[in-house]
Amino acid sequence: MRALRRWWPLVGPSLLVIAVALGAQFLPLSTQLQVRSVLVTTVIVVALYVFVGNSGVMSFGQVSFVAVGAFAAGLAAAPAAVKPNTFPKLIPFLAELEIGNIESLVLAAAVGGLFAFVVGIPLMRLSGLSAGIATFAVLIITNNVLRNWEAIGPGAKTLSLIPQTTFFIQATVGLLIVMAVAYVYQTSRNGRRLRASREDAAAAQSSGIDIHRERLWAFTLSGVLGGFAGGLLVHQLGSITTQQVFLDLAFVTLAMLVVGGIGSLWGAVVGALLIAGINAFLAEAQRGITIGSFDLELPGGTRLLTLGVVMLVVLLFKPTGLTGSRELTWPFSRSRSPRIASPAEPLGSPSAKAAGRSEADGGDPSATEQ
Amino acid sequence: MSLVQLLIDATALGAVLALVAMGIALVFGVMRLVNFAYGELITVGAYTLMLTKGWPIVLRVLASFGVVIALSLLMELVFRPLRRATAATMLVATFAVSFLLQNMFLLIFGPQGETIEFLAPLNRAIEIGDLRIRWITIVAIVLGAALLGFMAWLLGKTSVGLQMRAAAADFDTARILGVRAGRVIALAFVLAGFLAAAVTLVLAVQRPLATPTYGFFILVPALVGVVVGGLGKLVPATLGGFGIGFMTVILGDVLPSGSRVFLNSVLFAIVIIVLLVRPDGLFIGRTGVAERV
Repeated sequence: MRALRRWWPLVGPSLLVIAVALGAQFLPLSTQLQVRSVLVTTVIVVALYVFVGNSGVMSFGQVSFVAVGAFAAGLAAAPAAVKPNTFPKLIPFLAELEIGNIESLVLAAAVGGLFAFVVGIPLMRLSGLSAGIATFAVLIITNNVLRNWEAIGPGAKTLSLIPQTTFFIQATVGLLIVMAVAYVYQTSRNGRRLRASREDAAAAQSSGIDIHRERLWAFTLSGVLGGFAGGLLVHQLGSITTQQVFLDLAFVTLAMLVVGGIGSLWGAVVGALLIAGINAFLAEAQRGITIGSFDLELPGGTRLLTLGVVMLVVLLFKPTGLTGSRELTWPFSRSRSPRIASPAEPLGSPSAKAAGRSEADGGDPSATEQ
Repeated sequence: MSLVQLLIDATALGAVLALVAMGIALVFGVMRLVNFAYGELITVGAYTLMLTKGWPIVLRVLASFGVVIALSLLMELVFRPLRRATAATMLVATFAVSFLLQNMFLLIFGPQGETIEFLAPLNRAIEIGDLRIRWITIVAIVLGAALLGFMAWLLGKTSVGLQMRAAAADFDTARILGVRAGRVIALAFVLAGFLAAAVTLVLAVQRPLATPTYGFFILVPALVGVVVGGLGKLVPATLGGFGIGFMTVILGDVLPSGSRVFLNSVLFAIVIIVLLVRPDGLFIGRTGVAERV
């Protein structure tokens, strides 16, 4: 019981994920496909959270690791018989390679992690908006290279014929693994050091924490998980283009994280399941669905519009996200622990002058980055 | 292409992006808000020009200024509850607005794009020796210089300008000294809208096809320029916007034609290097409080 309680912030969200996956079994097939994509999206958001949530540094770049992972897994798993014909410029090693499902997922994770590590060495020295823009630059470069360098990828063409192995089991198990890694990391010594630096960089540094090293750790881990997510994604879709893992995905996953609550695993899971869920529901509704006794058919285009409204409304009324960036608390405790002031703020203001701005909130967020 | 020709073309794009950059920096200065929805102001201006096709030029210009500034004020109203929210929340809220507006345009006007038909004759070129300069290039440079001059005057020589600079430097102290916060922020949004509308006029001639992402693809490089130049201050941010536009054109010419598809990679690699060397901004002196760890 005590162990369960201690691990509740991981167990609770995991139960929710399992419930969603099991519940989907009773739904029509087309909805099941949507739920599967919701689960994979959640993997991406949790991977994003591992870096952004724990470090408080904004990053648009995590999607580049998803992209690299997706193309690594996709290219490696696509049948060797057709690759040389479809992509004549591919280097022979890649053209002849054909590996299985699990191997390709491992490969995706490794490539994502390696890429994140190399990129992270210089980039992790930055904070605030400079870090945001620098990681954004990484995303642009990644996309530009993948799209145009035909020796290592499909270029502007669609990479297809990838075995579709991400069914419910793989999506759910993959998500549970990623969540477990995220939780173990955030409660580990390294994770706590990084979270300390998020709260107060100066205090953390003076306590002997090497912020650059801790951020690099988290960035690399986030790259591993992001690459893995990319592998799951490509095996779910079966075919992929570089534009599917670019700006839109980066913005949408970041929005999911912030809507859920940027500083907690629970927030990442709730935000992703909710927003991706609404998205999937509306996509179905545009095609026409029956709820109970009445038929709902939305005009095309309402999906993204509604999504925008939902995100905006949540942020206006709950600026710290739906979960308030708190982990899920044990529901059966007798005395409720006092609420702690809202956790620190990611993406610090780039100028110390802004620091005093949010004092009225109680805990001051933006001052912590300096 | 001759060097002079190249420099003129680079200056023209630089001038447009400098105006966009200034609009972003104005709002950031008083509110610490990076407005991703700024590009949609330009899009709305373009659609207004498109919808008013048959009207006299003056009315079309006035209409687009009116609509753009109105939308800018509406954005201020939406972001008002977030003034004290964290930077990440504000940023994502502006994404949401941008996303919302883009999809609204998509729903109303469709993805294909509509021709704007605004002052198309300005696309004709005059030839001086071997130079070919389009009229709109001259207009862009002159308009850019004039507006930057106007803004410099407004911010440097007038009382409201002083208040805005004070608010940008230290918002709370400025309020204590009697600067009206709401008014200053609203004014910043009006000026930002004004600049966006001005940019639209130039763009509508250069790129006569209005699409839902019309402004977004101008915003992205400008925003990068703003951060590279130095987000906290107006002049560095504006210079950054100019620099990005200028560099894009120069790189497009300098790179061998085979590798021109990698222009973005080279450009953004330069961005990363600049950020690593000067994280506070290229045009901001070393302050000693650079955000590096």
